[in-house]
Amino acid sequence: MTAYETDLPTLPVEAGDPLLDLLNGFIAELRAVGIPASLTENLDAMEAVKHVPITDRETFKYALAATLVKNQAHWKAFETVFEVYFSLRGAQYEIAADDLDEADEADGEIRAEGDRGSGGDMLSPEELAEMLYRALMRGDSEMLRAAAREAVRRYAGMEPGRPVGGTYYLYRTLRNLDLEGVLERLMDAEQHTEGDVDDFDLRLRRDEFELRIAELKRQIEAEIRRRLVADRGVEAMAKTLRKPLPSDIDFMHASREEMASLRKAIYPLTRKLAARLVRKRRHGRAGPLDFRSTVRHSLSYGGVPVEPKFRHPRPHKPDIMVVADVSGSVAAFARFTLHLVHAISSQFSKVRSFVFIDGLDEVTGFFEGADDIAEAVHRVNTEADVVWVDGHSDYGHALGVFWDNYADDVGPRTTVLILGDARNNYHAPEGWIVKALQQKARHVFWLNPEPRSYWDTGDSIVGEYAPHCDGVFEVRNLRQLEAFVDRLA
Amino acid sequence: MSHRFTDVGAVQQDLSKVDYLCDSGLAGVVYLADRLDKPVLVEGPAGTGKTQLAKSVAEMTGSRLIRLQCYEGLDEAKALYEWNYKKQLLRIQTERDADVGWDEVSDDIFSDEFLLTRPLLEAIRAVDPIVLLIDEVDRVEVETEALLLEILSEYQVSIPELGTMEALQVPLVFLTSNNTRELSEALKRRCLYLHIDYPTMEREKEIVLAKVPDIAENLADQVARVVRSIRRLELKKPPSVSETLDWARTLVLLGVQHIDADVAAETVNILLKYQSDIAKANKELATVEGIEP
Repeated sequence: MTAYETDLPTLPVEAGDPLLDLLNGFIAELRAVGIPASLTENLDAMEAVKHVPITDRETFKYALAATLVKNQAHWKAFETVFEVYFSLRGAQYEIAADDLDEADEADGEIRAEGDRGSGGDMLSPEELAEMLYRALMRGDSEMLRAAAREAVRRYAGMEPGRPVGGTYYLYRTLRNLDLEGVLERLMDAEQHTEGDVDDFDLRLRRDEFELRIAELKRQIEAEIRRRLVADRGVEAMAKTLRKPLPSDIDFMHASREEMASLRKAIYPLTRKLAARLVRKRRHGRAGPLDFRSTVRHSLSYGGVPVEPKFRHPRPHKPDIMVVADVSGSVAAFARFTLHLVHAISSQFSKVRSFVFIDGLDEVTGFFEGADDIAEAVHRVNTEADVVWVDGHSDYGHALGVFWDNYADDVGPRTTVLILGDARNNYHAPEGWIVKALQQKARHVFWLNPEPRSYWDTGDSIVGEYAPHCDGVFEVRNLRQLEAFVDRLA
Repeated sequence: MSHRFTDVGAVQQDLSKVDYLCDSGLAGVVYLADRLDKPVLVEGPAGTGKTQLAKSVAEMTGSRLIRLQCYEGLDEAKALYEWNYKKQLLRIQTERDADVGWDEVSDDIFSDEFLLTRPLLEAIRAVDPIVLLIDEVDRVEVETEALLLEILSEYQVSIPELGTMEALQVPLVFLTSNNTRELSEALKRRCLYLHIDYPTMEREKEIVLAKVPDIAENLADQVARVVRSIRRLELKKPPSVSETLDWARTLVLLGVQHIDADVAAETVNILLKYQSDIAKANKELATVEGIEP
């Protein structure tokens, strides 16, 4: 991930030009996040900012984005870095001295309202709630921002130098604001003010409010970042606030928000992958020499084989059997893999999928004829019968069920993919099954969502199965998953 | 070299004069393309006005639009130039009787006269102002992309028999991509990158008002709101701006004043093209409880 930091030289900075200095730091940080900003793009950015007024933030931002970020998936990461480096530097973002003092005094706890003599501009919690409510009702973005600032000052309990990340403060602030309650209140008001609103109208308004609340959350996050940066400085905070690119998000530790961005990222990924595989098939002209045809064509040149003819390659389309552990932490990984494999199922001659925890169930039917793969994955989670005894992973038993019921379907054209972390809760591994499968099948691959260094620690028994597989791969993020599937097809 | 635009605000204003409404970010990229003499690579979901951007810029600057539609199998002869083979043959035949040496003929038949210009070459040889649109560049193979590199970075085309042809004036170049595959680094590096997303609700309302004559403002507002709500659902193919416009036009034709659940259910097939999407939208919009934001 830090490859770009060292690979690419940064520009020599002319001494005394603060903007160039700043840009250099900015670009170094972009590379650290994983955005491949090359030297030419670096130069373009320097050139571009000369042409736009630096006072126009929006245009300035787009000028940098247009020259440095050439992939939409990187936009979010870019935005965060930009905000930290540039948006928080303006005079209006300076934190006034008394501002910090008050945050100090607040000491993280919500003070009993009223008893603090409402020092100047400090609002009571009721006033703040009312302000928030009105801002959301009207969709007044200025007021919303003011409310967000006030909320953070009051509830986040930020102290200078406290080594806590932004998420903690965000959680504290949101917990105190009770936004779901606010939404209910807003909807109630909508329902009662006007007589002739129908459900459809209400639904539209609810969407509107939800978007405003999302905007409020963004404002609160921005405010927290602003305060953190003011406290600890840009360079330190850039590192802490670094957001991974969607293709680098770890399946096992993705937050809810990251999961959403993963779900969004997987659809274009499958499309690209499918298009690439089709091309690979069509253009792979590595067929063997067609002797008959070559001789036949040589007749028109008097028997000289001027034009060698080749057979059309017959690409091998594998049968795929996916056997996925869907317990707890690895479930997300299994879901993405099932999603991906089924989305490009036209690239395989047949795809069958099985999920297990300690029992095992076939779920191919959920995907067949399903228009909506996300829906099918949801059904896998709710309807598949995967629990045998206690709902803790038991690879040995699950593999046993697979062997008893489906082993006959495993043939020499079949590729078996086993997905899981092989954390077996100290049950019997039954490694012989994998061995037997490998003898029957074309390939057996094991995909493990855990980092390689965790393998065979604790109750992980990848090592028991690995010798019998044709390959064991660490697949922790979309990038690795894509690379594997690309190889497979 | 004189520039086409004075500042970012002017670009935005001029674009809105030709009914292309955009934010300052987009206008900024167009402005930079002119200042830095760089092509713009435009990506984004289908139907958000990528191709229209090039057309509107051409209209706004009074330039001629030259368009190269990309497809699989596009080659040099279709994109850059081709020798007029038949004319060359004719020339050789007419010269046969005259007493002309081989050297002269061979020089002759590889001259300007026998060159068929294709869009890319035409764009750089034109004397009038040009906007060059290379549409759906993601459809060509990676190898073919290389054809574009010389013209994109140097604004020139090398023809082995004739030498290098440099641009008489630097055209504004737009490349569009639907992102069906990752474009090569080399291509991306040479371009400014612009991602056009679905417009905000307010912007979409303005677009509807500008493009659909006789639409009442509150109907346009409702259209934009409904479309925004539909786009929030996880759909196979969210409605594009052009589909929004189609829908608004239909509603006007039907004489609808106010959209309610029934009207939406009856006409949603104009916005959505997949049966599963339509079913999902109808189901979702009938309930007050929203999806998780």
